Amino acid sequence: MKGLVARRRNPIVASMLLLAALLGVGGVYAVATTAAPAEAVATSDQTAIDEGKRLYLEGCSSCHGLNAQGTSNGPTLIGVGAAAVHFQVSTGRMPMAAPAAQAPEKPTDYTEEEVSQMAAYIASLGPGPAIPTAEQLDYSDADIAEGGVLFRINCAQCHQAAGGGGALTNGKYAPSLMEATPQEIYEAMLTGPQNMPVFGDGTLTVEDKQAIIAYVMDLQEAPSPGGLALGRLGPVSEGLFLWAGVMAAFVGIAVWIGIKAR
Amino acid sequence: MSTTEKVGESVATYVDQRVGSNRFLGRSLKKVFPDHWSFMLGEIALYSFIIVLLTGVFLTLFYKPSMVEVVYDGSYVPLKGVMMSEAYASTLDISFDVRGGLLIRQMHHWAALLFIAAMSVHMFRVFFTGAFRKPREFNWVIGISLITLGLGAGFSGYSLPDDLLSGTGLQIARGIVQAIPIVGTWGAFLLFDGEFPGTEFISRLYGVHILLIPGLILALVTVHLMMVWTQKHTQFPGPGRTNDNVVGYPLMPIYMAKAGGFFFVVFGVTALIGGLVSINPIWIFGPYTPDQVGAGSQPDWYIGWLDGALRIFPNIETVLFGYTISWNIFIPSVIVPGIVFTVAALYPFLEAWVTGDKRDHNLLNRPRNAPTRTGIGVMAITFYFLLFIGGGNDIIAITFDLSINAIIWFLRIAVIVLPPIAFLVTRRICIGLQRRDREKMLHGYESGRILRLPHGEFIEVHEPLSLKERAVLESAIESYRAPLPAPEKVDANGVANKHYRRDMIRYKLSRWFYADDIVPPTRQEIEAGQAHVSHDAALEAPLHEYDEDETVMVPFHGGVLHTAGEPATNREQLEERGGNL
Ligand code: HEC
Ligand code: HEC
Ligand code: HEM
Repeated sequence: MKGLVARRRNPIVASMLLLAALLGVGGVYAVATTAAPAEAVATSDQTAIDEGKRLYLEGCSSCHGLNAQGTSNGPTLIGVGAAAVHFQVSTGRMPMAAPAAQAPEKPTDYTEEEVSQMAAYIASLGPGPAIPTAEQLDYSDADIAEGGVLFRINCAQCHQAAGGGGALTNGKYAPSLMEATPQEIYEAMLTGPQNMPVFGDGTLTVEDKQAIIAYVMDLQEAPSPGGLALGRLGPVSEGLFLWAGVMAAFVGIAVWIGIKAR
Repeated sequence: MSTTEKVGESVATYVDQRVGSNRFLGRSLKKVFPDHWSFMLGEIALYSFIIVLLTGVFLTLFYKPSMVEVVYDGSYVPLKGVMMSEAYASTLDISFDVRGGLLIRQMHHWAALLFIAAMSVHMFRVFFTGAFRKPREFNWVIGISLITLGLGAGFSGYSLPDDLLSGTGLQIARGIVQAIPIVGTWGAFLLFDGEFPGTEFISRLYGVHILLIPGLILALVTVHLMMVWTQKHTQFPGPGRTNDNVVGYPLMPIYMAKAGGFFFVVFGVTALIGGLVSINPIWIFGPYTPDQVGAGSQPDWYIGWLDGALRIFPNIETVLFGYTISWNIFIPSVIVPGIVFTVAALYPFLEAWVTGDKRDHNLLNRPRNAPTRTGIGVMAITFYFLLFIGGGNDIIAITFDLSINAIIWFLRIAVIVLPPIAFLVTRRICIGLQRRDREKMLHGYESGRILRLPHGEFIEVHEPLSLKERAVLESAIESYRAPLPAPEKVDANGVANKHYRRDMIRYKLSRWFYADDIVPPTRQEIEAGQAHVSHDAALEAPLHEYDEDETVMVPFHGGVLHTAGEPATNREQLEERGGNL
């Protein structure tokens, strides 16, 4: 174990690891981008589609039907696009484990490659939003302030201003965005999972989406200028802190001073 | 003369030689204050108010109460170039570009929350100990006015930064004004000078927040404290403490030292959390625009219960002559708080009327010795708390993975069912405690020592009470009151009682108020009981000698095991005498 750690510190090993990581990311990227436009995939990557179909029949068809036409247990997937599949499966929402108000997030059992294969299969059934390209996901030049404005207009009413998430009716909820990756955010906007509306490119352009991603990333990373953030839940956690922390402390001190008197 | 008194005297002399105020100050500085930790709760309110004033003055130097649109160009990058009101921009500047600004802003807000929390706790201390009774009813009313003003101060301050949260709060407030039948729409136009949000409201609110309300609070606090001063503070029962004296420490130097020290503790802790714990991060909420609203929008904690009432109230509206009356807003936001504050302010007078108690009270009640009042207090807290939960229903739903609809339905039922249950349970507990106190007064306390008597019986030895404990327990005698006698329709001279119906209501309420209180033993009984317990030789006295007739006072013996003469409640005693209930 010790030796392993020591060897990992070795600069050569480090650069090897870096290379391997780059290759890995590149490979995934290649698969992802080729899976993107439905028509292109249909001919060029037939093996991925076949493999995706196999995985689909195994894990998904019980609810979504043998031809993804939908059953009483799940909606049709024809035309939902590769982005929807990638979003739903990579966040662990699908396959749905048990009937619930909303499919919860959980660790997924599928590899990134398998997800892309299923995405390719579903995309081959009908045109739908493709998995966003690395270019689309590059938010480094995006305008954070503009993203903030768009976020408050389009997203804050469900996800809360600080992205902490919020409750919807009947046990449904908009989840916290504090863990969301740029790709998840992009795909969520593209596909509008469950109660979330679809924000197609007509509503929010690619630049708008990048700006929103930049803003959410800033929310995730930025330190809290005012000190302990209290979960950024606003007045509720502040009130709790006041009563359980401050007020309790003062009463304790008052009692202490009272005892000292005797 | 003790050393502390001497110090007080010399301070007084020193001041007198320069100010010539000896007659007043000399007496004042030596004035005695009774001591109890719960008497410091009012001080927390006072100190946090002082902190609010000091930090508030700092904020006025930089805050601009203007709704003019500007483009933000401060140092908070995620908002750079965004259009916003000058009010919001200046609050951002205070937070990011004024040295120490964020610290002061956060201290101001924390101290404001603390101010109202301390007032509430102080109010309940006054309530549960009966400190509001004659002659202090007016000071109670002043107190309720202060807490109402406190809510106004807090809400107006929360609305000033013109961020998304404060604007949402204002929009709700406007909705509430509009929901008042007939005058609502005009009222809203008057307040906001036209449509929402308009351009005037922030500057109007500013005047209210920094001048009107603090001025009123300052004036009322002054009167409040002067009344405490002239009426003298109440005290808890204890050895040597009567209704007509005050036992405690002189103001100078002991009370001054303690109070002064406590001020610095409150100030220090507030500064600490102001520096370390974030509050109202307006830069995250963004500037206010009427077409936006954030999930999880909440008011500050003290408005939470009103928001909760609004959230859980069923959606009822009626259309009258083409006008919609929004009961769903009007009732929870105007009628409910109206009733709550009116009843709270009138409570001392209501209780005095029901109980017919016209005595002066300088000795506090132990909460158990006023079971009905204590029950009412806990009932009010339960009601308040349930509404408060309603105000955070969305946060609770997402935090605990519950359905918001289920929470609303739970609260709708709970807010009607749980407060009366809380009342009954609390009253029961108080009566149980009274019963135990009675036992202690008559038989001393259980020492835990078990003794075996020659004939084999085991008994537990009881010990006499300490002087202090006796004084505390015996306050039950002072607190005790029998229900009012039944009114007569026609008096002894054959004159009809014109107020018969009113008197009857009062008689019944008085029964309800007092009926289940335990009748405390008389001083002679206690004396006899305690003497007996302490009488060691009594252990040798033959057992089972006491009179089995429960109405006769039992002759004490053996220091133990008196089951005869169960403590009776007012109701039981009355029934025994053939009184109806
Ligand atoms: C237990 C039944 C079940 C299984 C198994 C299941 N799903 Fe689903 N799926 C659902 C239901 C129900 C919905 C609708 C969710 C909702 O909107 O609340 C859904 C929705 C989806 C959507 C979103 C559709 C849209 O309109 O955006 C996708 C994509 C999806 N599933 C993919 C899959 C994939 C891929 C698998 C296999 C890995 C899978 N599902 C397995 C029940 C299931
Ligand atoms: C009407 C409410 C609503 C609005 C508006 C909305 N969302 Fe959502 N959002 C949801 C719900 C509900 C889900 C959960 C869907 C699910 O679990 O399948 C969700 C899920 C997401 C997720 C996935 C989070 C995760 O942890 O996997 C992201 C990312 C997201 N939303 C981003 C956005 C962005 C960005 C916007 C604004 C452009 C937005 N949402 C607007 C309701 C909303
Ligand atoms: C601005 C807020 C307030 C301040 C600064 C304040 C301050 C004080 C102080 C320092 C005392 C004496 C010490 C004590 O008993 O705690 C006192 C007593 C008292 N307060 Fe307040 N108070 C405030 C609000 C209230 C409220 C909201 C009520 C009730 C509705 C209230 C009712 C009373 C009464 C009746 C007394 C006399 C108590 C006694 O003599 O036992 N006060 N107040």
